[in-house]
Amino acid sequence: MSAGGILSQVLQLAVALALAPLLVGWVNQCRAWLANRSAPPLTLPYRAIVKLFQKDAVVAENASPLFRLTPYVVFGAMALAAAIVPSLATELPFASAADAIALVGLFALARVFIALAAMDIGTAFGSLGARREMFVGFLAEPALLMVLFTASLISGSTSLPTIVEALAHREIAIYPSLAFAGVAFTMVSLAENARIPIDNPATHLELTMIHEAMVLEYSARHLALIEWASALKLFNYSCIGLALFVPFGIAGNTDDWSAVLVATPVLVAKLAVGGLALALIETVSAKLRIFRAPEFLGTAFLLAVLAMLVNLLLGS
Amino acid sequence: MLAIAAWLAIGALSLASPRSIRYVGRVLFNAGALVGLALAIVALLSIGDAAQSLVLPLGLPDLPFHFRLDPLSAFFLALLGGASAGISVFASGYFRPSAGAAPGLVSLQYHVFLAAMALVLVADDAYAFMVAWETMALASFFLVTTDHRLPEIRRAGFLYLLIAHIGAIAILLCFGVLQAGDYTFDSMRVASRSAAWSSIAFLLALSGFGAKAGLLPLHVWLPEAHPAAPSPVSALMSGVMLKTAIYGLLRVTFDLIGAQLWWWGVLALVLGLATALFGVIFATIQTDMKRLLAYSSIENIGIIVAGAGLTILFRAYGQAALAAITLTATLYHALNHAFFKSLLFLATGSVLHATKERSLGRLGGLIHRMPWVAWLALIGALAMAGLPPLNGFVSEWLLLQAFLFTPSLPQSFVNMLVPLAAAALVLAAALAAYVVVKFYGVVFLGRPREPNLAYAHDAGPLERIGLAWLALGCVALGVFPVQVIAALDPVNAMLVASTVGHAGARWWLLAPVSPDRSSYAPLIVLTVIVAAVLITIRVVRWLYHGRLRVGAAWDCGFPLQTPRMQDTAEGFGQPIRQVFEPFFRIDRTLPSPFDAEPRYRMVAEDHFWYWLYLPLARGADVLARLVGLIQQGRISVYLMYSFFTLLALLFFVR
Repeated sequence: MSAGGILSQVLQLAVALALAPLLVGWVNQCRAWLANRSAPPLTLPYRAIVKLFQKDAVVAENASPLFRLTPYVVFGAMALAAAIVPSLATELPFASAADAIALVGLFALARVFIALAAMDIGTAFGSLGARREMFVGFLAEPALLMVLFTASLISGSTSLPTIVEALAHREIAIYPSLAFAGVAFTMVSLAENARIPIDNPATHLELTMIHEAMVLEYSARHLALIEWASALKLFNYSCIGLALFVPFGIAGNTDDWSAVLVATPVLVAKLAVGGLALALIETVSAKLRIFRAPEFLGTAFLLAVLAMLVNLLLGS
Repeated sequence: MLAIAAWLAIGALSLASPRSIRYVGRVLFNAGALVGLALAIVALLSIGDAAQSLVLPLGLPDLPFHFRLDPLSAFFLALLGGASAGISVFASGYFRPSAGAAPGLVSLQYHVFLAAMALVLVADDAYAFMVAWETMALASFFLVTTDHRLPEIRRAGFLYLLIAHIGAIAILLCFGVLQAGDYTFDSMRVASRSAAWSSIAFLLALSGFGAKAGLLPLHVWLPEAHPAAPSPVSALMSGVMLKTAIYGLLRVTFDLIGAQLWWWGVLALVLGLATALFGVIFATIQTDMKRLLAYSSIENIGIIVAGAGLTILFRAYGQAALAAITLTATLYHALNHAFFKSLLFLATGSVLHATKERSLGRLGGLIHRMPWVAWLALIGALAMAGLPPLNGFVSEWLLLQAFLFTPSLPQSFVNMLVPLAAAALVLAAALAAYVVVKFYGVVFLGRPREPNLAYAHDAGPLERIGLAWLALGCVALGVFPVQVIAALDPVNAMLVASTVGHAGARWWLLAPVSPDRSSYAPLIVLTVIVAAVLITIRVVRWLYHGRLRVGAAWDCGFPLQTPRMQDTAEGFGQPIRQVFEPFFRIDRTLPSPFDAEPRYRMVAEDHFWYWLYLPLARGADVLARLVGLIQQGRISVYLMYSFFTLLALLFFVR
């Protein structure tokens, strides 16, 4: 564990925590532009989080300690995930603690906790949200794993830094399996981050909401942490996508300081383009009925399995 | 051996004063727990030793019992001891005076059951094995029918006994195929047989042990017997007894048969995964908490058998290192399942005692009334969902690693199968999380769905100790995988002639091949999450404040919320039921709009009843009637039968 590794680890975590709300703000801004509305300021998510931290927390009478613990657990899991996903550098001391499979496990841990907390108050919307979230998750999670498996098969490793190094240093060629995996990953990310066409982050319409239904009962600092954690989740998914499909510009050797410093603006640029793409997808598609969601996610799952099969059969 | 004798002695002692709950409960079950703990320790210490044999001149003359303690037996004995220690402590606080069987009788059967399971694990000849196997089946049958006054419990017990015996016949035939002039396992090990006979033996073993384990299509007894039995017995049956079937399968396949064929592995893999998916899909729609756990047991057994199948596949293709990883995953998952499933079954026992209610639709909000049970069950539930850093995740992680590192195998068909199998496995694992949220959320969270739940009480101190022991096991097995795998390696060396070893070079880093290829450090994950939680709490308090108010639930401002508006178990499982509708046989009556008392009724059943069991039962019925035709009841007719038999026999011996 070199000093450079520790420093890049700290830098990466700090960048992730700081930039995650900015990414959400950027996507919202792009969405507003595309819809020909005047856009909210980029800093709105930060202000919302600070405002929430300042308020007094209100907790329902029926809440158990699990309800109050959940925001911290979810935030902790997402922060750990942000430390593991190689977004700036590949030499990360924490990365050996959890490989791609364990990373998916971490996301599942956060999901299960938040669904349990939603059921804790005992309201109609809470359990509705929990049910739908687990329903979306049971197809999205295997699809995500299959995408990661495809990348692992190419690089012969499930450790994310090794995958990134293997993918970054190949000659520029299109892997057919990665093309399938890329489509599948995009679909899964939309579903997992409560985006159109599965969920709408801007809605509070009772019949359609999923993520918002689960966090209805949270307020103040708890809500701030949940919002920050879901921003981190979007950030993490974006970084996984970038690491798998556009792995260029991630610093390999952290003893070379300039590499890490250069990696930061490269990451910001890639995220800006990715955020724009996300906003574009959300603008041109309509929300699906909840019972169409299995078809959407089933397609993603099948594409991901197909990617793995293509990889095994063609060896590329 | 001492442990078996001690359990039998405890069983005998319990006959001394069968009606005294204080004596039986407080003294005998705790003594049984101590024996279990001692057994676990002894087995763990001897897991690396060479096999020790023992011949006891018991049983019939000239047919002594052979016993042998080798790494495989020692591992399963450690599992038995470790899980039963917790279950026995719980049981000592659990059994109360009731209208059912006397506590002394329950204690006798319980300890005979434990001793029989231990005997199965150390038996080294077909005779001792079958005697122990049948004792185990009978003792557990009597335990299942503890409340024998209820007709549905008698029916469940009958079904269990029936399938147990179908399985036992298959196992007996399997030993018959394997035998080489002698009934000891030693002679079976050295005997040479053709591939066809080996395959027949394997198929018989798979069906025989599969019947005990709950593999498709012989799984039907599990969801009937587990709810019928008292909770500690369900825990013992699901957590430990199913593992004796896994033990038998491993023993026969790897130890007795010797050489494996690749298609056995494919068969076991496909059957296991089908069982896993079937079990978990049915678990999502259950409304009885013990049935739900029983279906989840079917799922886990499916995963274990799939792991065993993959091991056979690798072994048949000579991939010893990979076979070691998959075998480790298989055994590890068996161990994990023993702990978390026992924990959850015991928790349902506490809930059942506190509320007299097994139906999920009438529970809810118990985390307030039963905090000990609820928090300990949360550990078991998260382990069952396969979430890091708990134990269920480690074994699934190992199994997925094995899938990923599968090199190209000679059969292209098998090459195609492996990624599909991996996809099925992760689908089952993701659905398990759904089941867990449903189970835990409906039972322990939310608001109580019935007014009498307000009087529920937490478990007693002994029950808490039992639950805490198992929860501790879940955490320890999850956080220290390197140490567990090191303890498992003698079994790998014995069965697949290779070890996983330890490539990570650090005691906290699990890296089966090398840290570059894959690594997982649950201790770090746990520490970081706990640290992040504590730091965030402190920092938020320090930067802002920790003020908290308690108010009414918001719920989008809807007034007049009642607890009945929460999701019921049916409601929570509804999306899955809709997606997987062809899996179920659904009988639904919808109310018409003009009904004065609208009632909605929906029964989802298992197709296997109608596809397999009912035709079989009808066939047996027809057969019995045909046999009835020749039974005229007149002595002259019977004499004629004897005469013709004699003629026929004379013709043959001529």
